Formats: sequence, structure tokens, C-alpha cells
Amino acid sequence: MADNAAGVADTFPKLLLRNAERFRSLPAMRHKDLGIWFTWTWAQMRDEVRAFSVGLMELGLRRGDKIAIIGKNKPRLYWAMCAAQALGAVPVPIYADSVADEMAYVIEHSEATFAIAEDQEQVDKLLSIADRLTHIRMTLYDELRGLRDYDHAHMMSIDDVQKIGRDKLASDPGALAQWQAEVDKGSASDLAIILYTSGTTGRPKGVMLSNANVMISADNGNKFDNLTEKDSVIAYLPIAWVGDHIFSYAQSYMAGYCVSCPEAAETVTEDRREIGTTYAFAPPRIYENLITLTMVRMADASRLKKAMFDYFIEHARKWGEKILNKEPVPLGARIIYGLGEFLVYGPLKNRFGISKVRIGYTAGEAIGPEIFRFFRSLGINLKQLYGQTEASVYITAQPDGEIYADTVGKPNIDVEVKVSPDGEVLFRSPGVFQGYYKDPEKTAEVKTPDGWVHTGDAGFMDEKSGHLKIIDRAKDVGRLNDGTLFAPKYIENKLKFFPNIREAVAYGDKRDFVCVMLNIDLTAVSSWAERNGVVYASYQELASHPRVYDLLRGHVEEVNRSLAEEKVMAGAQIRRFLILHKELDADDGELTRTLKVRRGFIADRYEPLIKGLYEGASEVDIATEVTFEDGRKGTLGARVRIADVMPMPAAPMEKAA
Amino acid sequence: MRAPGGPDARIGDVLLSVENVSLSFGGVKAISDVSLDIRKGEIRAIIGPNGAGKTSMLNVINGFYTPQRGRITFRGQTRSKMRPHEAAEGGIARTFQNVALFRGMSALDNIMAGRTLKMHKNLFWQLLRWGPAMAEEVAHRREVEEIIDFLKIQDIRRVPVGRLPYGLQKRVELGRALAMEPDLLLLDEPMAGMNLEEKEDMSRYILDANEHFGTTIALIEHDMGVVMDLSDRVVVLDHGIKIADGTPAEVKNDQAVIDAYLGVAH
Repeated sequence: MADNAAGVADTFPKLLLRNAERFRSLPAMRHKDLGIWFTWTWAQMRDEVRAFSVGLMELGLRRGDKIAIIGKNKPRLYWAMCAAQALGAVPVPIYADSVADEMAYVIEHSEATFAIAEDQEQVDKLLSIADRLTHIRMTLYDELRGLRDYDHAHMMSIDDVQKIGRDKLASDPGALAQWQAEVDKGSASDLAIILYTSGTTGRPKGVMLSNANVMISADNGNKFDNLTEKDSVIAYLPIAWVGDHIFSYAQSYMAGYCVSCPEAAETVTEDRREIGTTYAFAPPRIYENLITLTMVRMADASRLKKAMFDYFIEHARKWGEKILNKEPVPLGARIIYGLGEFLVYGPLKNRFGISKVRIGYTAGEAIGPEIFRFFRSLGINLKQLYGQTEASVYITAQPDGEIYADTVGKPNIDVEVKVSPDGEVLFRSPGVFQGYYKDPEKTAEVKTPDGWVHTGDAGFMDEKSGHLKIIDRAKDVGRLNDGTLFAPKYIENKLKFFPNIREAVAYGDKRDFVCVMLNIDLTAVSSWAERNGVVYASYQELASHPRVYDLLRGHVEEVNRSLAEEKVMAGAQIRRFLILHKELDADDGELTRTLKVRRGFIADRYEPLIKGLYEGASEVDIATEVTFEDGRKGTLGARVRIADVMPMPAAPMEKAA
Repeated sequence: MRAPGGPDARIGDVLLSVENVSLSFGGVKAISDVSLDIRKGEIRAIIGPNGAGKTSMLNVINGFYTPQRGRITFRGQTRSKMRPHEAAEGGIARTFQNVALFRGMSALDNIMAGRTLKMHKNLFWQLLRWGPAMAEEVAHRREVEEIIDFLKIQDIRRVPVGRLPYGLQKRVELGRALAMEPDLLLLDEPMAGMNLEEKEDMSRYILDANEHFGTTIALIEHDMGVVMDLSDRVVVLDHGIKIADGTPAEVKNDQAVIDAYLGVAH
């Protein structure tokens, strides 16, 4: 068989071979180690993957086998995916931070025969569940450190696997052809990968994606944003997450751009700055952290610097987005913005490591409009995207020039989106998954026979812009007694975007009106209190202070005003609120471990407060059992005030103190 | 966490032995007639209540104090007197109970400083920072980067250590000691003032350093859990006298040790 596979590149290994010819000496992957960036060109990466793949073949990996990959973003873990795919085996990436129990479930459910672990930490986890893994034949690891003295009967380093592969290729002239034949057997409809979704309820489900699913979606994404081999990304999000698989693997293979792996999780910002990535992807909290870090540093800066910073940031707030959207802007404002770019925006973006970012995406959860606008005002093309594992990521995204802080954009290329009569968002696209692995029942629940997929999210199409708005999980959306749509998370998120509000819990399903319980953010509110001469001795006292109530009432009214602007939501404005006397805490079961509020549990636990909210009381006494950090329990008694809010958005707003 | 019992391939011959050492300051007897040995490749703990003479013992071993009586044999060479820099050149490194780093210098430079004794080009070449001196620096930098990687402090490479939290400063200090590639590493309360998580991290690094670089380690520590988990052998001092010596299990059940820790009158 010839060296060059004939026909189209319809699998990732075929793409790799194509890229090795087409982009030969362009960088395919970088990794920082010992303070130095190491680079592999496409041709070098092909050699590495091929040696790895032939090594795996020698060790007995066969077509249809599953191979579990556990660890952070390391070149060799990405190579493992392609090396397995070359033989027709299916990679199953697993979250590096998953506990041994979850790991055991996924590995056993996927029937993986090989496990590839990044380091000792992951190997130790695997060993601790070894008796439950009935299919695993061998564990391969990337980093030797700490593993030297382990029993190597069923363990081997990736180095050694590659050596086996290289030796085989050198000693057996038929080996290359044999491997090439395996690659050629692959087709577009073959399973490319199984991604287990970390379900909030029940066991994780294995989402099966074919080569065509992943490749067409990645290609459409590339077209949507004009990504080419000249772009560059840094891979730092979990490899088991569909987003990383598309951005750091599939799109790179399709477009030929370089993927850089950071030195450590803590050095990502610094590494990103050194590489100068052009395409960025991050969940909202990463952007939030960047702003917080900046604000903290500015608080320590000299008066002159601070004044300069404040002036130009304010100017950017006013004009930056307009300039980015190419709207008409007066010349004077442009000149000052240009000066600001030189003095503030440029250096700031350089600090963040995003000077060269052409396209930045945020997804995963709702981003605060303030944060979103902050980055856009600096001239960064930050956009929102809505996607799912079941869709090979892309459902909707914001096209350049059509950016609204509260929408998730228009359907991507080849994607159809519709909203069912009960408000649930459905989509159909070439990226639609094949099914859940070994679970046809669940597949049937989600995927209709004609290819539509239920997202489980409630949303609506915005009439003005034609963009999709997501409001909540469909199962959480309820109705008020008068039939008005009630989306608790939508309201809670709007409240939580105020820095003074740490947590919000909204009630309204099967009730007459909407009420919320709030948690103040101690850092933000205490700093406000200091500046405004509010004296307090404890969290509880601060939370119940009348002026804090006034402060938060202002925020609630602001939320009501924005709700009133949307036809679907206008009826579900907040009528009454209270500030809880203690912080909601995962140790008390009020939050999940991923810090999501458990609405039902909180309603039961604070039943007297709920009663007070809906029966018109102005004060309620409550005693709550709390769990201290050391596990002891105690009782916290408090008198909680309840405040009324005017639902009329047109009413003059009470000034926050 | 060591496998209990059985000969350990890691552990070799005696590297350092202290025989009948006594040390006093004026009328205060800090150490009286103590003998102990440290074997190559082992982790040896020195424990005891406050004022038991633990730090004095470390100071005797690395030559900072000269004992009035007794002999010290290190790598086959017997001496009664040695200067600290001779100890350092001879392959003994240490960290201190209080962090002793160059606060204004970066973590990288601090660890580089640990390589000073290994640099052989003279001042002229080093000032010139060119040719052979540069080649030498590059080689040393590589060693230092290995240590930075080992201690997972890549993100603070360029940060002045004065700005780092305590737990990280301790880690940098360990890094500087490891940069000397010592035959014997003395750690004076490596986990003092740390929270549980920091202690676990530090324990991991000590165990790894022992395994990865094969460094022989003698440490003083108050946290009994840590000592019992980390060490191969433990010597217990009380009021300058050795009251027990053996494996963690043996020491834990020793009546004299229990008495000393529970404060029974002597």
C-alpha cells in the first residue's frame, strides 16, 4: 500500500497524514516544559503519533476497543487519541479531577481495555479501583516521576510504547503498510470518540460522536470564524470536555493551527501571553478572575496611575464597543481611545495574554453583562456561544458585529433550531450525536426519530435580533398561578451579576408572585459599609442592616426593570425579598458541591421564611441548624426582615445609599 | 507511607554517625552523650519535646556548633570540628526553622543560588557572563528547572520570594537545598506553621525527593502523624538525652517516649 492514502481525509488519522504533507514544517503542537517551549511540526507530530500507534498495535489494541485517557492537557494525551483512532479504537477521555469512584464507573461502562494516565496521581487512582476494572489490560503513563518503584507487570511508559513502535517500524518493512492499511479502513461514519457528560443527576452518559459529527462541526466552526493554519490556541480546559476536544483537537486538525499546552495549570495566563494566542475560549469565571486581579492591583497603584486607569476605562466603556462594532464614532473620541490603547488597554491586554486574540468565546454558563462589556470595550472580540456535547458543541454563536450581552447568538452553519410549544429549545445538525453508549432508552428520550435533539433548556427567539435567548433548564421553569412563565435561574443570574449579591434563590412556581432570598457578598458589602460609615459586628448584623436592605432593593428594582423589558418575562417580576442571616453553604446541603443552589431543599429548610414571604409578614423569627467546618453542629437564631419591592419599573428608583 | 518491616533496597550503609557527642552552653547541657547514625537513602527523624536538643543536634551535624566531646564521622571521615561552609562543600544542605531566603530575589534566583558551590568558573568569567561561563550557567539552569518542575512552582519562577505565602517560601527553600545536590539534607521543622494541605504537599515532596534524587534526609518535626508516615527510623531526644531509637512503630510504643510526651516527672 502506498504512503499517501488516496481519497478524502474523512478521519483524524487521515487528516494528520494530510497535514503532515500540506503543512509539513508548520507547528502543530507546543508544550512548555522546564521553562522552555518545545515544538512539534505536523510532520514530526505524524511521526510521534505513528510510533505511538504502532506501539499500541504491538501491545494488542484492536479495532473497536476503547481506550481511557486521563489527565490534563499534554501533547502525548492528545496523540493518544489519534494513535487509537488510527487503529479504529475509540478514545474515552476522562476528567483529570474526577474521583476514583466516577472514574471506575466510566472506565467499566466504556469497557476500555487500555488506560492512559498522565502521572502518578492518576495511576494511584487507577490502582485504587483496579479490582473493579474488569476490562483494563494495561496502563500507560506519561510522567515517570514517582512511578519508578511501582510494579510494572501491567504498566508501561508512553516513551516505551513509542520505542516499541519505532523498533517495529525499523525492523519490519511490512509494519508501515500494515499500519497504513488500518488507517485506510477508517471511515466518516466510524465512532471517533465517546465523551462522558458529567450529569448533574444520575450516572454520566457516554455521548458517541462519529468522525463526521466532529469533523463537520469543527469545519463549520472554522468557517464561521475564518480560522486557518495561522491561528493559535492554548489548550487548558479539561480534555474530557467536548469544547476542548473541538477547539484543541478537531479544529486544529481541520484548519492546521497550532495547539499549545501550558507548563502547569497555574501558568496558563503567562504561557498564553508568551504564545500570543489568536483564538480563545474560557468559561465566564476565568474572565471574572482577570477583572478581579486587575482591580485588586489597581487598588494598590499610585494615584496618577489609578486616575489614568479610571479615566480611560470610563472612556472605553462609552466608546469601545461602538468602535469594535464599527459604528460611527466622533473623531475626538477615537483619538482619546487610541491614546488609551497605548497607555492602558494595550498593556492590560498584554497582561491578560490576550493582545492578539481575534476571537474569544465564553460559554458554559451566563456571563455577567458588565464583564462581557468590559472586555469588548477594550477591543477584544468576545462572543457568546451555546452548545452541547450532544451537538458536537455548536448550536448557536454570535456572528461578528451582532453582539448582545443577553443572547447566545444565531444558529451556526448547518444547524436548525426551534422552540417547542412548552418553551424547550431543540436543534438538528450534522453534529448530532449517534446516541448514548449502551443506553438506547436515554437516547430515545433526547433524540427524536427525525433527528431533533431536546436540549433540556428553556429559551426563546428574540424578536428584534433573531437571536436565541436561553433562560433556564426546562425542568426548572414553572408558572405563576396566573400562568406567567417563571424562570428562576434567569432571575437569579440577573441578581447575581451585582457584585453585592453572592447568591440568590427565587420562588414563584405555583404561587401568586415571585419572591427571592438573597445572600450578600461579604467582601463587596463590607467594603461598601466601610466607605459609607455603616457599623456592624457580624455577618448577621450586616445582612440585616436597613441600609444594606436599601442597597439591595436598588439592585432588585434594577432587575425588575430589565425583566419588564422582555415580553415573556415581564409578568414574573420580584415583589418581595429578604436577606438571609447566614451564607448558603454546601456543608449544610444548601448548595451542591459545584455551588449550585438547591432550591427545594432551601425552601424546606427555611419554611417559616417562605411562609412569611407569601403571607405578607414584615419580620420572621427563625432558628437554623448550622454545621461548622470541624463538623460540630450549632443553632443560629435570627430575626429576618422582609422587604417589598414595587413591580412598576417606571416608578422612580430609590437611590442606593 | 513505607511498607513495614523487611529490608529496603533504598537504604544503604551508614552515611553519618554521631558518637558520644556532648554539647553545652556555659552550664546548660544541650546534648549529653548522644550517639546516632544516619544511613544512606533513609529518612531519619529527630523528635522530642521543646528544648530537647533537636536543633542543636542538627547544628552539630552541619558544623555550626562544635561539640565539647564526641566524634562525628561523615562519609568515612571522622572529625570533631568542621565549619558550616565545609559541611556544605562536603554535601550537607539544610533548611531552617524560620525561612532564610533572599526575599528580594525571585524564586528562580534563590534556587540558582543553591548551585553556587557547583559553579567553577572564576569571578572574571562570571562577570563577563560569556563563553564558558554562559555554558556553565545554562547547564545549571537546566538542573534548577528540573527542581522547579519537581516542586511544581513554575508559576512563581519570577516572583520575588518576599511576596510569596509562607508555604511556598518553604518549598522554595527546599528547592534551594535540593539544588546543592546534597548527600545529606537536614530539614529543621519543614512543616512548622503549615495547614493540613500544605503539610500533605510538603510530605509528598520530601518523600519524592528521597525517592527521585535518592537524597538522604534528616528532619526535625513536631507533627507526630507526619513523622510516623515519613520516616524510616526515629530518634527521640529529651533534655539532651537519647531516650529511644528505632522504627516509628517501635518508638511509638516505647514507655519512655510516651512519658516524655505526656510530661511525666523525671
